[in-house]
Amino acid sequence: MTSTITEENAGPPASLEKLDDAVIRFAGDSGDGMQLTGNQFTNTSALMGNDLSTLPDFPAEIRAPAGTLAGVSAFQVRIADHDIHNPGDSPDVLVAMNPAALKKNIGELKPNGVVIANTDEFNARSFKKAGLENDPLEDGSLEGFRVFKAPLATMTQRALEDSELDRKSQDRCKNFFALGMVYWLFSRPLENTVEWLRRKFARRPEIAEANIKVLKAGWNFCDITQIFQVRYEVDSAQLEPGIYRNILGNHAFALGFVAASRRSGLPLFLGAYPITPASDLLHELARHKSFGVTTFQAEDEIAAVCAAIGASFGGALGITASSGPGISLKSEAINLAVMVELPLVICNVQRAGPSTGMPTKTEQSDLLQTLFGRNGESPLPVISASSPKDCFETAMEACRIALKYMVPVMVLSDGYIASGSEPWRLPKLEDLPDLRPEIRRDPVGFAPYRRDETTLARPWALPGTPGLEHRIGGLEKDDGSGNVSYDAQNHAQMTRLREEKVARIAADIPPLEVDGEPSGKLLVLGWGSTQGAIKGAVNAARAKGLSVSAAHLRYLNPFPANLSELLESFDRVLLPEINTGQLALVLQGRYLRRIDSYPKVEGRPFSRDEILARIEQLLEA
Amino acid sequence: MSTEVAALKKKDFQSDQEVRWCPGCGDYAILSAVQSVFPELGIPKEKFVVVSGIGCSSRFPYYLDTFGFHTIHGRAPGVATGLKLARPDLEVWIASGDGDAMSIGGNHFIHLLRRNVGVKILLFNNRIYGLTKGQYSPTSEVGKRTKSTPVGSLDNPFNPLSLALGAGATFVARSVDVFQPHLKSVLRRAAAHPGTAFVEIYQNCNIFNDKAFSNVTDKQARTEQTLHLEHGKPLVFGKERRRGIRLKGVDLEVFDLVDDAGIEECLVWDEKVASPTLAFALSRLVPPAMPTPIGIFRAVETETYESRVVSQIEAEIDTKGAGTLEDLLYGGDTWVVD
Ligand code: SF4
Repeated sequence: MTSTITEENAGPPASLEKLDDAVIRFAGDSGDGMQLTGNQFTNTSALMGNDLSTLPDFPAEIRAPAGTLAGVSAFQVRIADHDIHNPGDSPDVLVAMNPAALKKNIGELKPNGVVIANTDEFNARSFKKAGLENDPLEDGSLEGFRVFKAPLATMTQRALEDSELDRKSQDRCKNFFALGMVYWLFSRPLENTVEWLRRKFARRPEIAEANIKVLKAGWNFCDITQIFQVRYEVDSAQLEPGIYRNILGNHAFALGFVAASRRSGLPLFLGAYPITPASDLLHELARHKSFGVTTFQAEDEIAAVCAAIGASFGGALGITASSGPGISLKSEAINLAVMVELPLVICNVQRAGPSTGMPTKTEQSDLLQTLFGRNGESPLPVISASSPKDCFETAMEACRIALKYMVPVMVLSDGYIASGSEPWRLPKLEDLPDLRPEIRRDPVGFAPYRRDETTLARPWALPGTPGLEHRIGGLEKDDGSGNVSYDAQNHAQMTRLREEKVARIAADIPPLEVDGEPSGKLLVLGWGSTQGAIKGAVNAARAKGLSVSAAHLRYLNPFPANLSELLESFDRVLLPEINTGQLALVLQGRYLRRIDSYPKVEGRPFSRDEILARIEQLLEA
Repeated sequence: MSTEVAALKKKDFQSDQEVRWCPGCGDYAILSAVQSVFPELGIPKEKFVVVSGIGCSSRFPYYLDTFGFHTIHGRAPGVATGLKLARPDLEVWIASGDGDAMSIGGNHFIHLLRRNVGVKILLFNNRIYGLTKGQYSPTSEVGKRTKSTPVGSLDNPFNPLSLALGAGATFVARSVDVFQPHLKSVLRRAAAHPGTAFVEIYQNCNIFNDKAFSNVTDKQARTEQTLHLEHGKPLVFGKERRRGIRLKGVDLEVFDLVDDAGIEECLVWDEKVASPTLAFALSRLVPPAMPTPIGIFRAVETETYESRVVSQIEAEIDTKGAGTLEDLLYGGDTWVVD
């Protein structure tokens, strides 16, 4: 079915349909403001109490040639009246601002899904740029979808007839026409976006008002023409009571680090160098100077981590953040932190590699680099975040371990988590852990490498403390005195101590929890950003009557103490990872346990259905 | 000098570690000068932090009984920057060499200077790699025969002073390991400078590059070929101070104060002038055609990086109020689920 929206062909009032779950994808040129449009829809839906999950997908190029497939930027948001874990596999509604956006995204639209196509861009020139022979709106290729043709630019201009804005600025408002339409389709109020526009363009009210006018025009248009014939409602979700906000992964990291700074009583110092997809962490922390946060944009990745180490030596909470290529550059300095045993947190927001790879595409392929990618025997704790909101707790936990054990801690996230968002039930302030570290002040009996008997942590003795003058460095240290030592037995001992210190953390972390039966035929094991897809798949499998358990690892070094036993409690262990099977390799090596590795390296997260299919396959076998 | 600080002595800064440079190495003289100057500064001992990279010079922190951090090759400026930003109250000194600062750490070196972080950086320039046993360095002269360049090096050297001036350094000086009183006076000036103080020290590596600076340190060169830069004084040098430096077009030339022209043509040295142009021209003077200038090439005061960083944070706190955990978490767009 194809319809062109005009005021003349107004139909009967649309029927109201309740959905429990809907996926909307906004797709257009990178200049069309699709991320912003999607974010507005998300925030409004969050305020309406839906559970939600988002997935932005933007090109690495800032402005690829307009109208081309390379320039398509998309934002997917899933809203639901129940607890959801991922942004959905395929959209129910696709907004296509041009033919390239349509071509690139139509393949994933659900059967009978809704397409809102901006016909103003559907012309011979744009077809050519998108590599299309014919007009897809006319050639029958959209059979099986509900297509609504809307000349967005024309209608935007009409709405702004008496606006003072020049034509170009007027044209830039057209995404708000589309947003107005989708708001109508999903029965969302406009107020939140209206207020946001007024705040955002406080200094240029003419722009705010133009966008508001266009937003309302889009909404009214649907209301007058009743073109959609159906209108959806998605009720608020039964979320746990509490105060919520919608949060992006990288922002949750930033908040987690500021919170850790507050709870430890240490000033936060971030050393960073811009890199996709980690930069947002730098941007966000740079906005928090009034929390006493120092952000240092260094000359390169190496200086960034070195500065964090220097700050840490001085008694600050030193943090650095990057992505794979930057982590490679930092590895020598991370090893220095291993050797000098200073607290440090290193965030790796992973992306598709090797080398520059695909900067805006997600991957979990730096796990082996994290565990083993430094010279010498260089153990450090590794923990991973499993969803955008989980970044908050992960950041705080990384700081806890770093400060308690005097050790650099690596935190793994990825592009999918970093730029995805979901509602986050805010923790109660009094529930946040106390992270105040032990700082050495007493010179009596002080030696820089005399360790705590339980944690094996060496004392943190800050410059400026009388009587604690000492030297640290990358050369091997004498156990206790910390003097440079080339003694063979001492080196063996220090190597063992560094290893043991990290291993002991296993006693200080929660055991791995199993979702489902504690033993049985199949355990789906995951780590990091695969959590949502795995949860969805396991729930769906159970709904089909299959018996399957799931467990999700946050701690990748050391592993939780009960992991080995757990692996033995199941006939098979399925491990989906967005790499070629890196965790599977580690587990098989360490526990001599066969793992059914399920690798995927397409720069995209797993879909629920992919994992579900694999579960079914394994249980049938 | 603060009255609360008990008078410190040289031996207070001598650590219990055995000094392991080659006998006769110029590093000993530099260590001795630093150990003599530190106690004079009126700064409590525990406030000193010496940071280094890798190389013979970078063993320096082990021999000083202060806080010390022997980091990784070329990265001392990065570590020192983070330390100074976190702890502006500390007195941070970097010990580095020509390989460490000019080669592997070149990037950090220039960025340290452009930011004007309040740390001192001593460049032990011996024009050779000592610790790795004798390869040419980025300050070695073209044609240098070393283990890695048996038939002569081909690449042009850096001039560390020119590089520092080009990077916007606010304090630039040069001294020589064996000129102890001069070296100490330069170190005192560096210590007093509020921003990044860069001191190039000609250091003799008697094992792999002996007498590299004989055209400065030889008895005859000392009097004939060394130009002492003294603020407010004319640029004269040589026996009986007969030779002067004057402008020739946009360059400098040497002239004879008796035969060529009078003292009024001689440039009067101004280390505080805003423009680094003349300092740069002086940094290019090399023997034998020209004298070797030593002393302070530039000493201009601008706000330090750490001071800007701290002020910006304070200003943010002033306008927004000191952030609380509550603002942090609950400050955005929130909604309540009952
Ligand atoms: S190798 Fe040269 S620079 Fe190094 S300690 Fe020996 S003499 Fe000094």
